[in-house]
Amino acid sequence: MAELGSHHLATRTLPLAGHHGGSSVVRLEAAPPAARLSLRARAEDVAALSASLGISLPVKPKTSVCVNGRTALWLGPDEWLVIDEDHGGLLQAATDSGVLHSATDVSHRNTAILVSGPGAAAAINGGCPQDLSLAVFPVGACSRTLFGKVEIVLLRTAEDAFRVEVWRSFSDYAFGLLAAGAQDAALSA
Amino acid sequence: MLLIHCPYCEEDRSELEFRWGGEAHIARPENIAAISDEEFTEFFFLRNNEKGLTYERWRHIHGCGRFFNAARDTVSDKFLLTYKADLPKQPIAAVEEALAAAQDKVVETWEQTEGDAR
Ligand SMILES: [Zn+2]
Repeated sequence: MAELGSHHLATRTLPLAGHHGGSSVVRLEAAPPAARLSLRARAEDVAALSASLGISLPVKPKTSVCVNGRTALWLGPDEWLVIDEDHGGLLQAATDSGVLHSATDVSHRNTAILVSGPGAAAAINGGCPQDLSLAVFPVGACSRTLFGKVEIVLLRTAEDAFRVEVWRSFSDYAFGLLAAGAQDAALSA
Repeated sequence: MLLIHCPYCEEDRSELEFRWGGEAHIARPENIAAISDEEFTEFFFLRNNEKGLTYERWRHIHGCGRFFNAARDTVSDKFLLTYKADLPKQPIAAVEEALAAAQDKVVETWEQTEGDAR
């Protein structure tokens, strides 16, 4: 975060500021701000980018790697979403790799909703067609997919916890649909 | 829900994540400026619109984002085979094998599992 110093700047309002919700089986929270990179590269350049980012970019579909608050999510055969919850510096690290790649800072394009509790998977399945059973979508699994009418990137962070990455302008909708899914999950629990 | 096998994600995923991308294996002319209007019409506008076995491009747009190819039966809507975009047109024999293998499995339909069959 930039140092504000003595300058008088407008207060930054986060996309889901003040949102909270859930049910007896699901907790919904807005995730704190994080640095995010949309990264694309060819297979032969993955090793150099991994070394520079300090995280081994996953090459197996639907998998992620998490090291020291930095997470790399496989989105496609040449595409990753890299999230850093602590420090940032992702764009510089990618540049320092010296290999051909495309990196776009999407820190402010996305926001994230943390969904946890025994009804978390059921709440997400209220709008997402993926099989979220632990056998098919284990801890660490991630995927770009649909949630209702918006695209999301879903990451399972624990058996009963998910991170839902969503574009900020869609986040109101995603939070609302998750809240409805959380209510339904409580009814069927 | 119709499931489509993505050759890049290596699993069956909901049709909601996919978009149809038109007929597959249409080669762009080597020198497009040299072809006649009739040849251009054939290349650019005319499609076979087969009834039955057809080869199509599909895109896993809300998943991995990749284009791939599919052999599909337009009568039954059954996907016979999907394969990566850089592979040549898969021979009918391979498609028929896939079809035979698929018929050996119990095919779940919406009517059987969720619908009201009365
Ligand atoms: Zn895919």
